[in-house]
Amino acid sequence: MRFNLIGLVLLLLSQTVWSAAKIENWQTPQGSRVYYVRTAGLPMVDVRVVFDAGSARDEAQFGVAALTSALLDSGAGDLSADDIAQRFESVGANYSAGVNEDMAWLAIRTLTEKALFDKALATFETVLSKPAFNQADFEREKARTLAGLKHREESPGELAGLAFNRALYGDHPYAHPETGVVETVAGFSADDLKSFYQKYYVAANAMVVIVGDVSREQAEQTANQVLSKLPVGSKPAEIPAVTMPNKASKQHIEFPSTQTHVLVGLPGTYRKDPDYFALYVGNHILGGGSMVSRLFEEVREKRGLAYGAYSVFAPLYRQGPFMMSLQTRNDQTEQALDVLLKTFNEFLDKGPSDKELTAAKQNITGGFAMRFDTNSKLTDYVAMIGFYQQPLDYLDTFQSNVEAVSIEQIKDAFKRRVKPELLQTVTVGAGK
Amino acid sequence: MNYRLAALALLCPAVAANAEAGKVHEHVFSNGLKLLVKEDHRSPVVVSQVWYKVGSSYEPGGITGISHMLEHMMFKGTAKYPAGEFSRIIAENGGNENAFTGQDYTAYFQTLEKSRLEISFKLESDRMRNLDLKAEELKKELEVVTEERRMRTDDQPRSKVHEQFMATAFTNSPYQNPVIGWPSDIANYKVEDLQAWYQQWYAPNNATLVVVGDVDAQQVEKLAEQYFAPLQPSVLKPVKPQDESEQRGVRRITVKAPAKLPYLMMGYKVPVLKTAKPEWEAYALEVLAGVLDGGDSARLSSRLVRGKQIAVSAGAGYDFTSRLPEIFLLEATPAEGKTVFDLEYALLDEVYQLKNQLIDKDELQRIKAQVLASAVYQKDSNFYQAMQLGTLETVGIGWQKADEYVDKINQVTAEQVREVARKYLIEDTLTVAYLDPQPITQAAKPAKAIGGHHAF
Repeated sequence: MRFNLIGLVLLLLSQTVWSAAKIENWQTPQGSRVYYVRTAGLPMVDVRVVFDAGSARDEAQFGVAALTSALLDSGAGDLSADDIAQRFESVGANYSAGVNEDMAWLAIRTLTEKALFDKALATFETVLSKPAFNQADFEREKARTLAGLKHREESPGELAGLAFNRALYGDHPYAHPETGVVETVAGFSADDLKSFYQKYYVAANAMVVIVGDVSREQAEQTANQVLSKLPVGSKPAEIPAVTMPNKASKQHIEFPSTQTHVLVGLPGTYRKDPDYFALYVGNHILGGGSMVSRLFEEVREKRGLAYGAYSVFAPLYRQGPFMMSLQTRNDQTEQALDVLLKTFNEFLDKGPSDKELTAAKQNITGGFAMRFDTNSKLTDYVAMIGFYQQPLDYLDTFQSNVEAVSIEQIKDAFKRRVKPELLQTVTVGAGK
Repeated sequence: MNYRLAALALLCPAVAANAEAGKVHEHVFSNGLKLLVKEDHRSPVVVSQVWYKVGSSYEPGGITGISHMLEHMMFKGTAKYPAGEFSRIIAENGGNENAFTGQDYTAYFQTLEKSRLEISFKLESDRMRNLDLKAEELKKELEVVTEERRMRTDDQPRSKVHEQFMATAFTNSPYQNPVIGWPSDIANYKVEDLQAWYQQWYAPNNATLVVVGDVDAQQVEKLAEQYFAPLQPSVLKPVKPQDESEQRGVRRITVKAPAKLPYLMMGYKVPVLKTAKPEWEAYALEVLAGVLDGGDSARLSSRLVRGKQIAVSAGAGYDFTSRLPEIFLLEATPAEGKTVFDLEYALLDEVYQLKNQLIDKDELQRIKAQVLASAVYQKDSNFYQAMQLGTLETVGIGWQKADEYVDKINQVTAEQVREVARKYLIEDTLTVAYLDPQPITQAAKPAKAIGGHHAF
């Protein structure tokens, strides 16, 4: 009976004309931006608080942003790490936190039933606003991070990624890995984390995303509650501009693996880049489409040289990496690299065909609804739109932006932005 | 206090109703194909999955991994749609597609905007019976699979440990073989082997078609009728049971690999939902896995990672929807200054406590609260819902069990958890594997640098 009622609600929804998500946006009294989308149908909500406090804010302390984030739920207010975990899990709430180059975030997914929601949110608020950074918790989490950094050295793919970012970014804060390096992390004190937290985890540097089955009024209360105990503080200075490498480079790192990992690229595109859509659609044809792309075709389908052969633009606040990658048996590394570069150069010279461009647009626009068909995916999109202050109709205009891209624009954008004479190449594997 | 909250959650109509798996429309066509449709109208999309009852646990020696190899070859074309066409057509319709192979299944999927479901049916029904296997395509794709194995297993120390662990723990159960296959078997597949495997298993009466999304079940059935009902069924030979012979005594192995950290894997032989008698034992083992590793408040995190600080990470795993009896797995990485033997001792101590003390009522409540909440969260994803139905159906448990899950977990008592610990977590069926790290001599060679570095 109960179920029939819910079925009825769903039926009504399905008959309404469907459009991209309606994002509502406002500011809290302390000036934090809030982005809210109501999604009905499931009694759950995702709340995510995002700070401009990613690894690009590490300065010389590579890894301090990540370790700060990892410590938050290890003790806060009067609560121990055990208390915090028990409080979340006793109501079935999922807490997570993390960093990338630009952002640090804390998130919670919880049921909307009031008693459960209230307990989850109160715990979340404590973790966010009163982390203790106790010495014992700090020592333990630091040791775990150091073990993680050692573990990373077992993986040729990870080592390749580290060397690649160093080659692309030199002295820029995007050059070092988010989790840091042994040399810096080993020297941290709990006070370093506390200072980082005090500087960056402030209302002026925060935004909140709320996606789920809560009303606007509940969303406003939630945002206010979560951020109310944070000092206002101030926004940090802009992340410095990226300087392009001035020459190509190629480095090999010897590693006792059966495959060699090959990475080739340059700093690529950024979130508000006027070339973004041309580069995005172009890359879809070059190597971004998961099972249909030139790299996939040339490296895997025609020659069986690799399991994966892809290219990607990872847009950040500044130019994030453009990366072409494959992994192949050690003794055919040069052959695979030749195929990759030849494919890239040909694309750069001639651009895509009409047919390829049409197919790419059909793929991107035809699958548009699948980009945010779950609350999880929608939360990611809204967080991106909010953090990078994209227009609120970003999703509504996405398809027309893709449709508007021409072959000439793709050729022009790639020629200006991905200069073959500057490509950085890293190989990790067992050489001759 | 905690307990009252859980009870509240269970009583709350919205939560309880949403924790139910929801209505599934089932239809079996006369050729034996089973169709399962679940309407979910939250987004204008649909996922379509074709599940075949075949996977690595069906494979005899000499051709291990052939189900996975065939999965790759399924993208290599039919008379109607030559190599590459399948993926091209899905792509130009905005679809995502892929496939996956497990011990007990091989499955193919497309996610599409809801009006395009027909494209998926058209293509999948064609390759269910009309695959055109070519020797030259196999030659290339065999290299791809070999690269996949290098990437997934050969260059991953912990994957290697897992592979050797399974090969040691199982004496004759087909779960002793890796899903991707042993290297020598992969190197020696012939196109006739693939052809025979395809003939044997790819038929409507060995498949389940699962559709979840913004669709009308009756219309989906009509569409499936049009494309799949004309396909001829095959005569299926029953699979030999290959019951695992009894293990009487602990087994220990060491795996050496270039690595930086030691690692420990331990496991006990346990029944699964399909084989457990009585059935509640499988649910009790699920709860047991939750007691050890159901979140950050669970015992392995709170006691070994935080309390004793003996591990930097520790986990437990139990795949309760497998077709054949499984391993209850424990794995951990020692903290600096601790050894795998210290960890083994600590894990055995946890097992000892589970056998000798009843779990706390708050612990049990937390697991139940998490299971209930997860049942709601999982419905955020059509793909997950389809996976759940497809798995249950394909291993022979029946999709209806999805509806019972939350209830059955709720019925598990602390006494039952202790009972399964006493019955199954015993030394006679234990296998232990240690990763013994070998040095990685690593030297950067920027010798080939073409030019300088950055402009400053």
